[in-house]
Amino acid sequence: MSDDAYTRADVCAAAIADAFSEDGEIFASPMGLLPTLGVRLAKLTSNPDLVISDGESVFMGGVPPLGGKDVVEGWIPFRRVFDVVAYGKRHVMMGATQVDRHGNQNISAIGPFAQPKRQLLGSRGAPGNTVNNRTSYWVPKHSTRVFVEQVDIVSGVGPVRAKAAGTAAARFNDIHRIVSNLGVLDLGGAGDTVRLVSVHPGVTVEEVVAATGFALDVPADVPTTRTPSYEELLLIRDMLDPKGLRFKEVPQEEVAR
Amino acid sequence: MSSNRKPRDKRMSIDEVVGSLESGMTIGIGGWGPRRKPMALVRAIYNSDLTDLTIVSWGGADVGLLARAGKIRRLVYAFVSLDSVPLEPNFQRARQSGSIPEVVELDEGMFQTGLRAAAQRLPFLPMRAGLGSDVLVNNPWISTVTSPYDEGHGHEELVAVPALKLDAALVHLNRADQHGNASYLGPDPYFDDLFAMAADRTYLSVEQIVDTAGLTVDTPVQRLLLSRMMVDGVVETPNGAHFTTCTPDYERDERFQRAYAAASSGFDEDWQAFHDRFLAGDEASYQAAVQTFTEESAR
Repeated sequence: MSDDAYTRADVCAAAIADAFSEDGEIFASPMGLLPTLGVRLAKLTSNPDLVISDGESVFMGGVPPLGGKDVVEGWIPFRRVFDVVAYGKRHVMMGATQVDRHGNQNISAIGPFAQPKRQLLGSRGAPGNTVNNRTSYWVPKHSTRVFVEQVDIVSGVGPVRAKAAGTAAARFNDIHRIVSNLGVLDLGGAGDTVRLVSVHPGVTVEEVVAATGFALDVPADVPTTRTPSYEELLLIRDMLDPKGLRFKEVPQEEVAR
Repeated sequence: MSSNRKPRDKRMSIDEVVGSLESGMTIGIGGWGPRRKPMALVRAIYNSDLTDLTIVSWGGADVGLLARAGKIRRLVYAFVSLDSVPLEPNFQRARQSGSIPEVVELDEGMFQTGLRAAAQRLPFLPMRAGLGSDVLVNNPWISTVTSPYDEGHGHEELVAVPALKLDAALVHLNRADQHGNASYLGPDPYFDDLFAMAADRTYLSVEQIVDTAGLTVDTPVQRLLLSRMMVDGVVETPNGAHFTTCTPDYERDERFQRAYAAASSGFDEDWQAFHDRFLAGDEASYQAAVQTFTEESAR
């Protein structure tokens, strides 16, 4: 691979990093591999003030590679995670088994709640996250199975439902970005619906629309997601993910520059 | 003479703990997912005659085992996961076959607030979590409450998270004295103190029982999570959290967990074989079977 050749996974990592670039000094909570890579990339580039954890119980002062450890700068056992959620200085990027047109997310179960077709994790912290702190989603396989008209169970709350539930729910509801393997989306569409922000290099708007199971808000002009800089590529390839773990989530397919 | 009198000795056997529980009880299980679960006590309940239990747990294999044995009438949880195996197969199986009659799925922070309310002898505590989500749709008995105060955003309507009152709590820590003072030595206390205070009775299993002075000889006092006033029984169960973590005594037994996950997601015969090999006997025979499993896997 030539030095400045990038992969789709690298584009996704940079797009995730961009979601955290303007957060300031808050607890960045990535769930899963690509979100962790993106957050660490943001801390090494656009936002060195981010507070990051080992995903278990400590804040790390430096930025280790995926799976690595670093100097401890704080203590964040699960009970204090809940404190920070309510405190609000946090941006979580969660996964989503389903996301709907109104930005509601489901990680609880597929099918009827009483007796699901497929039981998933349970709601985890999604209901609390989405009415307390900034929340984004990462979708490694953009498809009509994930992006559905209406989620089976609302774990994470989108803006329309938050507003309907009242001021207490809407005040801090902030669904920031949805990054997928095909593009970047947000909730800036008409009536607080999912809008296409950019398509990744090599992806067409038509492909994203076809892989989305609801009427996506598509602006007249959809830009291409920015390509990672040379510095970012070095950080991703040589420092943060030398083993190429990111390709397990977004398979390697080289895009010529 | 009275200067020689000491607080009660609360040491018990696993059988005595389980013998003191009754069918129909609400039992909270400490730890978190696949971390520091009182598995020796859970295994004994799995093998007991107890039925119709309400289980309250940030769940892992504790929920999976009890669901598989048909012990659960009502489950209160926010997630059930083995982490490295994200979806707990026995829990999935139970949910997908509808074998748990009543299911209360909460946000994981609501769960803490519910325990806190119970620990403070309050009927509820207010919280944002749950608003707008299906947690309130699927649990229509959970109400909201309107703030009497207006801090510039109107009288906010918040979730009145109901107290999660427990008949009994089961928790596992690293060390305790015979009176029930106990310390955790790993990175996270989880919520075992809240479980203890939310319960009428708390049973504590530990890796090791030491003298009271031994509790702080090499460990900061801040790690003393449980005071004896919160504890009713203490059981020494070395490796008693297996196959969950009990850092720094041991980490999760990933190889065993894979075997558990394979058996529980396989055919009935696969589970029966796992049950016969590991779970059918008492704790000592479980630990012996695990030892053999470990030696065989190392070959």
